[in-house]
Amino acid sequence: MRVLVAMSGGVDSSVAAALLLEQGHEVTGVTMRLWGGESDAGCCSVADVDDARRVAQQLGIDHLVFNFSEAFEERVVSTYVEAHRRGLTPNPCIECNRHLKFDRLLSRAAALGFDLVATGHHARVRTLPDGRRRICRGVDGAKDQSYVLYMLRQRQLQHLVLPVGALTKAEVRAEAARLGLRTAGKPDSQDVCFITATGGREAFLGERIPLRPGRVVDRTGREVGRVEHVELVTVGQRKGLGVAGGGVPRYALSVDVPGATVTVGERHELDVTELDVRDVVWSDLPVEGELLVQCSAHGTPRRATITLVDPGAAGPGSVRVRWVAPSRRVAPGQSVVFYDGDDVVGGGVAT
Amino acid sequence: MLGYLDHAATTPMRPEAVEAMLPFLSERFANPSGAHRPAREARRAIDEARDVMAELLGFEPGEIVFTSGGTESDNLAVLGVHDRRGGSVVCSAIEHHAVLDAVVSRGGRLAPVDSQGLVDLDRLASMLDEHVTLVSVMAVNNEVGTIQPLEQVAALVRERAPRALLHTDAVQGFCWLDLPARTAAFDLVSVSAHKFGGPKGVGVLAVRAGAELAPRQVGGGQERGRRSGTHNVAGIVAMAVAARLTATRRTDEVERVTTLRDRLVEGLLAAVPGLVETGVRSGSAGPDRSQKVAGICHVCVPGVESESLLYLLEKGEVFASAASSCSSGALEPSHVLAAMGVPRSLARGSLRLSLGWASTDADVDLALEVVPPAVERLRLFSEGDGT
Repeated sequence: MRVLVAMSGGVDSSVAAALLLEQGHEVTGVTMRLWGGESDAGCCSVADVDDARRVAQQLGIDHLVFNFSEAFEERVVSTYVEAHRRGLTPNPCIECNRHLKFDRLLSRAAALGFDLVATGHHARVRTLPDGRRRICRGVDGAKDQSYVLYMLRQRQLQHLVLPVGALTKAEVRAEAARLGLRTAGKPDSQDVCFITATGGREAFLGERIPLRPGRVVDRTGREVGRVEHVELVTVGQRKGLGVAGGGVPRYALSVDVPGATVTVGERHELDVTELDVRDVVWSDLPVEGELLVQCSAHGTPRRATITLVDPGAAGPGSVRVRWVAPSRRVAPGQSVVFYDGDDVVGGGVAT
Repeated sequence: MLGYLDHAATTPMRPEAVEAMLPFLSERFANPSGAHRPAREARRAIDEARDVMAELLGFEPGEIVFTSGGTESDNLAVLGVHDRRGGSVVCSAIEHHAVLDAVVSRGGRLAPVDSQGLVDLDRLASMLDEHVTLVSVMAVNNEVGTIQPLEQVAALVRERAPRALLHTDAVQGFCWLDLPARTAAFDLVSVSAHKFGGPKGVGVLAVRAGAELAPRQVGGGQERGRRSGTHNVAGIVAMAVAARLTATRRTDEVERVTTLRDRLVEGLLAAVPGLVETGVRSGSAGPDRSQKVAGICHVCVPGVESESLLYLLEKGEVFASAASSCSSGALEPSHVLAAMGVPRSLARGSLRLSLGWASTDADVDLALEVVPPAVERLRLFSEGDGT
């Protein structure tokens, strides 16, 4: 098969390319240039492109660079900024997967005559007896990235391979070391590629939207503190709310950006029994009933009953999640992913 | 190399130039700044090369400054003049980044171009006054191949900006134009050897006597203090050989390559629906290419992404380019096409096929065989727009 491997310059995608080559595929590497600005943590700095290219040279495969920075700006960065402006808690890596890696790159790969696209995600593509495919958790639970792949549907899953999902991170590094790949000891990237460690979200967003101070009130409306930037507060957050020390810890229960107000309460007040999820996509057909639901990249999956809201509606649907046991409030904007055992069946965005 | 249609990026070296440089990489290795006989022999080789470059550029030998290539020459001209004279600097909006970024870094202004890619003389005139110390307009644009009206630029600058020095980045011009006839009024001219069959890493900034500039590189005082650093003897010698051959054969080559280029672009226009040729004026007798150099065929292919097209061309053994590449190898949106007012949607599908001394009919045949089906394929697969 002709396989196009998305190589970020990290160890996982380096090993993914090496494994596919060993399996006898005709492999080409590609690095997507996504973010043109300042970066220190991401997958698209010139240094990372260099690493990807050098690994490709070492493996003896072709290496291409695609500049998707305009689409990245429009689909990922602008969306991220707009979400913060509205007081939501976005996940830009998921939007990047949705719009860049698994739409733009996948369709370009097909146009260029590739049969498959591979990435270095720690997750597996599982084929059901009837031929349908699903994203399944990676072997290494601590590194599992199935959560950020929830948007993949059959048309994408049929053309996707995830070679390192069957390995633990330690095995990936060992494989890289065995092959003498220069990325074997490279640290994992942790953060959003366009947010620098020095400036953080505050500096990045501060250049793009007004960040305004806000009031912190309790449930009775009484002011108990102040925050510097209401746009940066996340539901569930405890620190940085300007609530006087001592006493019972207070958590952000809701954020009202237009009113520049954060409402806080005690830990138990964060617990809810229901969660509404919008823009839901399914790997094939919608699923109802009891599933496991995960609300952050490495969050604990919790049991819940899923019901479709207005199942006849056109476009992406909505889902109501009823927790089996009360669960902590999910920040609006976060991705909510539905699992059947270890398989991703769908997901959407918390409202 | 069959299918190599990227001469504007770099040309293969002329065999005579390779031959000429080899002794200076082996037995004639001495440093020309030295005091012994081998050094004097190396010195003589670069002095003779200096005479050749001076003659071919229309300057005096003492006005030739050897550099590491086009970027250094352009930087030295713009930054060196501004460092010495201050004031304000102006260039066209379609300059190579070696000029453009230097001008922008000094707070300079950019003169717009028209839709054909020719500098707008009226708009340029409006930017000129007695505070302007440097005006830089390229001889030939590196992307679309348009020949800039240098004589008119010079007349305008002399009239409106009496203090200004005139610089032209002639990196893409030397191959195709008799420069002395066009740049007689210019104070500074940049050329680069690898664009005309010489080696990479060597070029010239010709500096008219009296045109003062501050050096960018100081040290041993070579090149009359204008550019310190041990001479690239082999490169300089080879550049002169390539320059001489290029100039001697220029008239014939322009005619030969124009025929090849016209066959290429006409063939593409006939085979690819919707293709837009840039840098031409449309007339009743078809597109007028008189303002373009012979070597450049630049088109925009609606509905196609350059990166994808270049990949399919490469698979068909045709090696071309689109806009300029950044250091990672990714294609960057073209500031040239943007300045010409080409819509971004069209500019995304830009393709530059550039010919040169090594191009033959077989290259054109191959391109005409490979490009149309590649475009057809990409138009069948509509690429996600990131939605």
